[in-house]
Amino acid sequence: MDDVRVAFFTALSLLIGLDRDLLTIVRLSLAVSLSAVGLATVLGLPLGAAVAVWRFPGQAMVRVLLNALMGLPPVVVGLMVYLLLSRVGPLGSLGLLFTPTAMVIAQCLLVTPIIAAFTRQTVADLHEEYAEQLCSLGVGPWRVLWTLLWDGRFSLLTGILAGFGRASAEVGAVIMVGGNIHRVTRVITTTIALETSKGNFPLALALGMLLMLLVLTVNATAMVIQDTARRVYG
Amino acid sequence: MKQMRLLSSRDNGDAMTAAAILPLMVHDLCYEIGGKRLLDHISFRTDVGPRTVVLGPNGAGKSLLLRLCHGLLQPSAGTIAWAGAPLTMARRCQAMVFQRPVLLRRSTAANIAYVLRLQGIPRRQRWAMLTEALEQAGLLPLAARPARVLSGGEQQRLALARAWVLKPQVLFLDEPTTSLDPAATRAVEALLEHIHRSGTKIIMTTHDLGQARRLADEVLFLHHGRLVEYAPAPAFFSNPQSKEAAAFLEGKLLW
Repeated sequence: MDDVRVAFFTALSLLIGLDRDLLTIVRLSLAVSLSAVGLATVLGLPLGAAVAVWRFPGQAMVRVLLNALMGLPPVVVGLMVYLLLSRVGPLGSLGLLFTPTAMVIAQCLLVTPIIAAFTRQTVADLHEEYAEQLCSLGVGPWRVLWTLLWDGRFSLLTGILAGFGRASAEVGAVIMVGGNIHRVTRVITTTIALETSKGNFPLALALGMLLMLLVLTVNATAMVIQDTARRVYG
Repeated sequence: MKQMRLLSSRDNGDAMTAAAILPLMVHDLCYEIGGKRLLDHISFRTDVGPRTVVLGPNGAGKSLLLRLCHGLLQPSAGTIAWAGAPLTMARRCQAMVFQRPVLLRRSTAANIAYVLRLQGIPRRQRWAMLTEALEQAGLLPLAARPARVLSGGEQQRLALARAWVLKPQVLFLDEPTTSLDPAATRAVEALLEHIHRSGTKIIMTTHDLGQARRLADEVLFLHHGRLVEYAPAPAFFSNPQSKEAAAFLEGKLLW
């Protein structure tokens, strides 16, 4: 019990003292997850909206696929990206394995289905209400997508934040394709896993508390945004 | 289509002066869904001027008729034609307001600006058109307010202003005041009066007899998907030719 208490106070002092190793790790974590979510947003919003609004062959399949991919296990994504980027893989010549770029790719694959599936639901609900009016106004198919995405912007932000929560909290994919290399590809979650197995609890605990704080902040923000939007925009 | 666009942007978005699309000619129009015939061989012809009110009990097919004429639905049989233009072009000269206004989740002004941008109205003309439309609907002080938090009457007036800002030749209205209180209804009817006087042809549905008496110049009376009577309003109200219309005017429930 004493060990835990000591670890806890050491962790606090690391946080308060803005330990350099800790800062490097947090910075890389944010950089990787934010890039991945940014990319996934660019891909997922139009994809989800198109599946919601346009009629095309295989649409139901895409919908099922999107929903299924939401629960994709991170280690499977890690394995896929690993095979893709390894020396003998199709993209091996790019030399991306064990770089932050590889981690961004893996997290992007994890998050895109979440954002796309969330977008599909939001946009489909809006479209049900708007369809006749937009048709009456003679709005073209691309503009319909844009209109619905814009009008759903606050709900969609919640989906994007959920994606960020998933990206910043997962460990399986980034540890496989990143390799957990000190000062290069070591992020919050991989460090926690490593330091815990080494028995170095203070750093693991400090990062764990930070991660909790991050996830809490993200969720609180999502809630505030949605409540405000509902109150202001109806 | 392209020519139409050019025309519309040249003369202040008033595409409607380009070519008169009326009269509207409906011939043997049928609409079926799941083997059930909801509209049955409807034929009529209506021209510029008189406000046409489609009257009838609930479920008579009034809204359906409006949606078909506006082109939101495809007829199962029969034709809908505009004398002055092919269907696709005619669509650009019409607008429709729905029973429950569908407003974008944006400000009051942005709801109207959306339509102006959509039609490619040059930026410098937009402001004047926007202001005029808002003022006409009495919504100028609410321009910056999110549209969704307006009262029911204000929302419907905004929907009207948005439909009218491009000065359509024909304006369809589906039960525009059904969910409104008397004061809001009066405001909407006053706005309709103004739109009518400005030269836009109004075709609307209602099941409110009082409103039909106040607004109609001619009446299309529907019952069970059939056009039972089509007559000038004074004649229809004083001397209905069919027993269905007579019963409806007496306030008897029709089935």
